[in-house]
Amino acid sequence: MNDTLFTLIGSYKKETLDSLQAFMPELILSATIVLMLLVRMPSWGRKLNSFYVALPGVVLALLASAPWIHLQATASEACPLMGKPFFDGMLMFDELTVFFRSVLLLFALLFLVFTKLSGIPDREDSPDFYTLVLGGTIGMCIMASANHLLAVFLGVEMASVPSYALAGILKGRRTAGEAALKYAVYGAGAAGVMLYGISLLAGALGSVHIPTMVAQLAAFTPDQLADRQVVLMSGGLMLGVGLAFKLSAVPFHFWAPDVFEGACAEVGAFLSVASKAAALALLIRVAIGFSHTPAEVIPKAPALTLVSATAVAAAPDHADDHASVAPASPLVATRKFIAGFIALLAAVTCTFGNLAAYGQTNIKRLLAYSTIAHAGYMMMPVAAAVALVGRGDSAGAEKAISAVAFYVVTYLFMNLGAFACVAFLRNTLRTEEIADYSGLIKRSPGIVILFSAILLSLVGLPPLAGFTGKFMAFAALTNAQLWTLLVIGGVNTAISLFYYLRVVKVMTLDPESETRLPVNFSLLSSEGVFLSLVTLPVFVLGVWFDPLNRWALAAAERFLTP
Amino acid sequence: MSSDATFLSLVVFLPALGALLLAFFPKDKPEAIKLTSLAVTIAVFALTIWMAIPAGEGAGDTAKFAIGTAELQNAFSLDWIPSFNIYYFFGVDGISFTLLLLTSFTSMIAMGAAWPITKHVKAYCILFLLLETGMLGVFLALDFFLFYVFWEVMLLPMYFLIGVWGGPRREYAAIKFFLYTLLGSVLMLIAILMLYFSSDVRKLTPDQLKNTYVVSKTLSVTEQDVAVKKIQSAADPVHTFNIMALAQLGQHTDQFDGEVLFGKSIQWWAFILLFIGFAVKVPSVPLHTWLPDAHVEAPTPISMILAGVLLKMGGYGIIRICYPICPDAGYDLAWFVCSVGVFSMVYGAFAALAQKDFKRLVAYSSVSHMGYVVLGIGVWSMSAANGYNPDYMSQGWNGAMFQMLAHGISSAGMFFMVGVVYDRVHHRNLDEFGGLFARMPIYSGMAYAVFFAGLGLPGLCGFIGEVFVTLSAWNFSKLLAIISAAVVVLTAAYILWTLQRVYLGAEYKGPHGDHLHDMDTREILLAAPLVALAIFFGVFPNTIFKYLTPSVDASVENLAVWTETVKAPRLAEVRKLEAAPSDVPKAAAAIVVPPVAQLTAQ
Repeated sequence: MNDTLFTLIGSYKKETLDSLQAFMPELILSATIVLMLLVRMPSWGRKLNSFYVALPGVVLALLASAPWIHLQATASEACPLMGKPFFDGMLMFDELTVFFRSVLLLFALLFLVFTKLSGIPDREDSPDFYTLVLGGTIGMCIMASANHLLAVFLGVEMASVPSYALAGILKGRRTAGEAALKYAVYGAGAAGVMLYGISLLAGALGSVHIPTMVAQLAAFTPDQLADRQVVLMSGGLMLGVGLAFKLSAVPFHFWAPDVFEGACAEVGAFLSVASKAAALALLIRVAIGFSHTPAEVIPKAPALTLVSATAVAAAPDHADDHASVAPASPLVATRKFIAGFIALLAAVTCTFGNLAAYGQTNIKRLLAYSTIAHAGYMMMPVAAAVALVGRGDSAGAEKAISAVAFYVVTYLFMNLGAFACVAFLRNTLRTEEIADYSGLIKRSPGIVILFSAILLSLVGLPPLAGFTGKFMAFAALTNAQLWTLLVIGGVNTAISLFYYLRVVKVMTLDPESETRLPVNFSLLSSEGVFLSLVTLPVFVLGVWFDPLNRWALAAAERFLTP
Repeated sequence: MSSDATFLSLVVFLPALGALLLAFFPKDKPEAIKLTSLAVTIAVFALTIWMAIPAGEGAGDTAKFAIGTAELQNAFSLDWIPSFNIYYFFGVDGISFTLLLLTSFTSMIAMGAAWPITKHVKAYCILFLLLETGMLGVFLALDFFLFYVFWEVMLLPMYFLIGVWGGPRREYAAIKFFLYTLLGSVLMLIAILMLYFSSDVRKLTPDQLKNTYVVSKTLSVTEQDVAVKKIQSAADPVHTFNIMALAQLGQHTDQFDGEVLFGKSIQWWAFILLFIGFAVKVPSVPLHTWLPDAHVEAPTPISMILAGVLLKMGGYGIIRICYPICPDAGYDLAWFVCSVGVFSMVYGAFAALAQKDFKRLVAYSSVSHMGYVVLGIGVWSMSAANGYNPDYMSQGWNGAMFQMLAHGISSAGMFFMVGVVYDRVHHRNLDEFGGLFARMPIYSGMAYAVFFAGLGLPGLCGFIGEVFVTLSAWNFSKLLAIISAAVVVLTAAYILWTLQRVYLGAEYKGPHGDHLHDMDTREILLAAPLVALAIFFGVFPNTIFKYLTPSVDASVENLAVWTETVKAPRLAEVRKLEAAPSDVPKAAAAIVVPPVAQLTAQ
């Protein structure tokens, strides 16, 4: 009896220790938060900018995350924890976790430096600000590794609640307060709907552990499935609402322009990059998680070349035609549902974001719509991945996932750079209206060239990073034969040129504004160096993306085929 | 890096390096900046000319272009993004080399023509040199991804060159140009990805793999064999962006025959998408509307580059990419392509007749002249009736290529001539000219030569291409040949009418008459080579053909072999099915693909 008990305790102890080890970066961030709050107690600590506490913490967390070790070809042998769930299956520790966690921490690191340089927050606000940022980052890391719908909810909330406060961090400004309130109300609504969806799914499937749920779903007979169809679909849709809110996908995007405009540019960068990256990782987890189980063997569909004349693969709902020859698994319908849902959402989000960006006169609002459009582009490969799972092409699905991972990194540098430009220009010009940037190239050519490169990279022009990201995404769509979505993505790219180029045009071609404050920005200042360093990858990843592509491939390599 | 790699990379990136160098120049030294840029363009031209001059006896033939060779030359393929099968793959053959020469020549002349520009000289020169790198790269790149990157790299400099230094409606013209081309290239990107994911180089023979540089020739023989084995024993399909390999796959396998949408095959869709992308650039009616705006608003040197080089990229793309990779679609769409060409010729000519603006007239004449190129490429006249004789089609292709080169010279010349007079009188209204011959005799004489070359007067360069194209069209369709021959009359009409309105007449009565002085030395130095070449190529067309013909003929010969061995049995199969009793479903015809002839490489 005692032996059994001790064995049990021993195994729990080992599992807990293992779990804590896998959770190390998040633990370090938590410790940093506590330290930041404690440092405030003594009087000398109050004079200290919390930046100096937060920065080492994030660096340590990034070192603990160690993508350069885990994303090697031989990593899974080296690390026994790799590819296994931890904390009793709540979270998952695999290459994708490592990749997205590292991206989030890298962003946090750059973000800290950025906020230090741009001067928001000041020393007084810094503990609040950095606590919220790091707290949000922990939530995002949990989102990226969630393997359980409770962890999903926990992660989404942990990431959202600090964001609400961050949106209103500029105290005493009406617009900031309005943005925060709007964001919080919207977020609370979305969270409620999502929680309800989760409970519906839990009721229908008897669990909230994603692999268990899928196994249960796959085991349903057609009759059992028919009984639960309405509950499952509404549950899935409600879960989708929560995710769509985080992704700012249309029609759950209404908060984004107002929040981006109301909050300061720094917070905009945090929301548009980190929040989006985590939401995409979560979307991958949930979408792929619900569309396959390791036990299911899908007959591999013929590749693009050999599709016979009878099987027309045109739209996402055709993706499973080939699998339907086998005894129809409930997962076939599930995949169709998920792929169709994401594809539709992506197409609408992308098109709407681009069209709405036309009329914008405020640069932050324009970037908000640009963020929405890019969320659409980034969701496209996820739909492709689900469709490819349905075609039995696991390797192709993994490549599609790696396309998302790749895109997120290019997007990180582009959007951080864009918001950094906006913030630095705000500091010297005291304005965020596009019209006030007119003729800026005559006064400050350095920042205009960098900003223009970033904007054109957002269009997706080679040889800039935005092109390679889009190229990967479109490649995944082609491989999945989602032609409609591919054409929508392509046409959107062309029309997005208009509004990005308009900003470039205002800065370069238009005559100088006479009412504007003098510009005071040099590339040789610390801000200028930071901006150059953030923009550099936009150029480098446009012409030499082999290493990043290898990492992205490694991140998804064992996602479906352990 | 082999010496070929170094040399061709130098040709392409020398302008970009020049641009980098210029970035460190002080802003207030415009003369030095212009001279440096001119030196760079001259250096690039010298390098390409050095390639063109045949190697002497016993001399090393590194980087020299071997005349009379049809195959790829000076080619090399280096790893760039191996994780996505993307290679840094450059090479030349007769088709690309002649256009490369045209590019370096036109860039040099256009840089010389940029002297009157005084606004933001440094930015102008940097953008111009970046543009030249993009143009040179397009003609040398043989990896589809690399090609696409160079193709797009040109857009941005061009946007600014029109948008900053252009005429009154420059911003509208610049964004229109950008948008049209970007839409075309996005469609091209889709086609590239479609072809990439349907390709599988495992199906190629070892010889084909080596000849297309899928297996790099810089490796030793044993390493090459290992690489071939590795590809052929791969478990999953090995995709490729290699344009040469895609052409082999398109002609010798059925990899692009799978159905995609609406019962049409991958190559049909790829052909359409690529053709639209290239037709925007050519430009073919109805995708041409960016051209009159862009040409008119652009400053003179940029108009020269637009007409002299950029339009040629469309034709080059169709010859290099559309037809070799998607022969089946090319065969089926021959009428469509030819009709587009003829329609552009007629439409462009009539539109030119109606113009009041001198530059706009020249712009529409480009639309008309480039129509010949599309017609010449489209004439797929190999059939069982003539024993799959490739001669007619290769005549068309040779004519199209020659037309592109000739038009490169004559249109650049025409825009330069318009620019010269615009610099003096600051208007381009055809009705307000007249009597220039008396005031500017040297200028008018040269202008006559250039405009007659554009007209296609025998003995000048414009004649050869038009005749070849019209002759080859006769074998394809007599109707189209008659129409295209009739366009010559329209061309003569608008050009002669223009010459009459501008240069003849008693005296100049328009504004700024007192500024009408004859060309200065710089202008004569720029115009003289254009005039000389227009005459020289008209009298000795063989100087171009000897570089061009072997590669063009080989490409067409491949298509002829393909028509005989692959397309003819397919057509016979379809005919048999149509003749069969009606209980055989017609749709089944599409499924039957005859066994693919395994042909040796080229």
